[in-house]
Amino acid sequence: MSEQKQGDYRTRTDICLRCPQGCEVQTMLGPDDEILNISGNKCKLGREYVEQEIRDPRRVLPTSVRVKNGTRPLVPVWTPEPMPKGMIMDLAAESRKIEVEAPVHVGDVVLDDWRGLGIRLVASGEVERAE
Amino acid sequence: MDVNTTYDVIVIGGGPAGIAAAIEAYNENQGKVLVIERNDSLGGILPQCIHNGFGAINFGNDLPGPEYAHRYEMQLNELPVDVMLDTMVVDMTPELDIYTMSSEYGYQHFKPRAVVLAMGCRERTRAQIRLPGTRAAGIYTAGTAQRLVNIEGYMPGREIVVLGSGDIGMIMARRLTIEGAQVLGVMELLPFLTGLRRNYVQCLQDYNIPLHLSTTVSKIYGERRVEGIETVKVDEDLNHVPGTEEFIKCDTLVLSVGLIPENELSRKAGVQLDVRTNGPIVDSDMATNVPGIFAAGNVTAIYDLVDYVSKAGEVAGRSAARFARAQQAESHEGSRVVRLKPGANVGSIIPQQIYIDDLGDRDVYLSMRPNALLERMVKVELDDGGEEVMSFREQYARPAEMIIRKLKARDIEKLRASHGAELVANIS
Repeated sequence: MSEQKQGDYRTRTDICLRCPQGCEVQTMLGPDDEILNISGNKCKLGREYVEQEIRDPRRVLPTSVRVKNGTRPLVPVWTPEPMPKGMIMDLAAESRKIEVEAPVHVGDVVLDDWRGLGIRLVASGEVERAE
Repeated sequence: MDVNTTYDVIVIGGGPAGIAAAIEAYNENQGKVLVIERNDSLGGILPQCIHNGFGAINFGNDLPGPEYAHRYEMQLNELPVDVMLDTMVVDMTPELDIYTMSSEYGYQHFKPRAVVLAMGCRERTRAQIRLPGTRAAGIYTAGTAQRLVNIEGYMPGREIVVLGSGDIGMIMARRLTIEGAQVLGVMELLPFLTGLRRNYVQCLQDYNIPLHLSTTVSKIYGERRVEGIETVKVDEDLNHVPGTEEFIKCDTLVLSVGLIPENELSRKAGVQLDVRTNGPIVDSDMATNVPGIFAAGNVTAIYDLVDYVSKAGEVAGRSAARFARAQQAESHEGSRVVRLKPGANVGSIIPQQIYIDDLGDRDVYLSMRPNALLERMVKVELDDGGEEVMSFREQYARPAEMIIRKLKARDIEKLRASHGAELVANIS
């Protein structure tokens, strides 16, 4: 995101993340950060994206956690629901302390309702139990 | 040694192309199908691609790589298809003799009725980009670094520089940052980003990782371990600009400098390769020049979306099963063959040929790799000696994104109405 100021007005430019196309979306904001105009987006996802991005930027965190007694030492996990962008590194650090017992299956919830925010870490891979 | 001739179709490689090919080869004909995979599990590269961004087309869902692979593996497991893991194909002949090695089964000889090549690709290495400097530890390809971090659970280093702004390079820059490393920058030789723009935002900008365009690595320092690198700016002709050298202290260099289809076996079997794609020349059924050998996925050309790799695998699997059933190459007698050639702003195109009168209701995907960055509405056309045969519009053309067109009935009508033996694909 880049931003230009003109008195009380600001124009920010975002690259939309909703599809591979990556539209450059210009948003004009008024003195109270109200959205005055959105342009440059080729579909309605671009508008949705910047509205969300200005109010509450969210991202998906893909990472991995350790597995005990598994055929592999790690299982991949992710936050299927996008989480607040500013908390990604906190959750990443916390996920390094998590260890789950094998077997682990796709869809297993590894961490539920993190910090009471409804954020979940869910397994996206399989690890068998070592014999 | 006994020859195992029981299989209708053998698929070499159990990644996304191979799994999809095996499923469709079985569904087409209910014959005997075998997948040979050298790794100890199926899925190819996907189990280590733990980021999301897979499956938008085939599942309507944004999935992590391992979950995408798992869904296909579940479909495969429901079918009576044989899978041999930890098994390496060591040789293959134009007569479809396949020789394999594995610690469990030993040396084996197969002779199926049809083969699907789905060996994927491998990464370009330091030697292939002629990167000078010492041979210190701490220089990894992005895929190796990804395997270490995501599968084995090791960090390749602490202070990291990435060379190459392709999607894998950017995704690894983010991944290493999330795991606590400091990524000092991503260097790109070309004057533009070579991966997707959204990855620039969500992998680099979000983590304050600088991107340096028209910049490359000119030296590597360090005896036992990398101690630093020298970067240099390049001009329009990609030559180093003297006086722009900068030293960066780091312990690791990650290379994301391109992928090459893996075709050693294809060559042994007499399969003809395209110098542009580095993969087999295929027709619209994904058939190679060798009767009974089909190919799909990154072995034919480098794709950017796995969804289309799976789709190409499906086409190859169905074609191989039909070949096995007929016990011979489909006769294209009476059908005109149209060769497709890349023209303006097109680096490569697959398939390279189409049997225009034999398409029936089969799926045909034209996949074109632009070799120029055109940030505006473009026209993609197939020309017959300068005359337009068919065309369509795209919002833009970027080297990072293959242009893929599933041919529609009216496209095929237009192709049939053309006269030339060769059509040239142009982007303007």
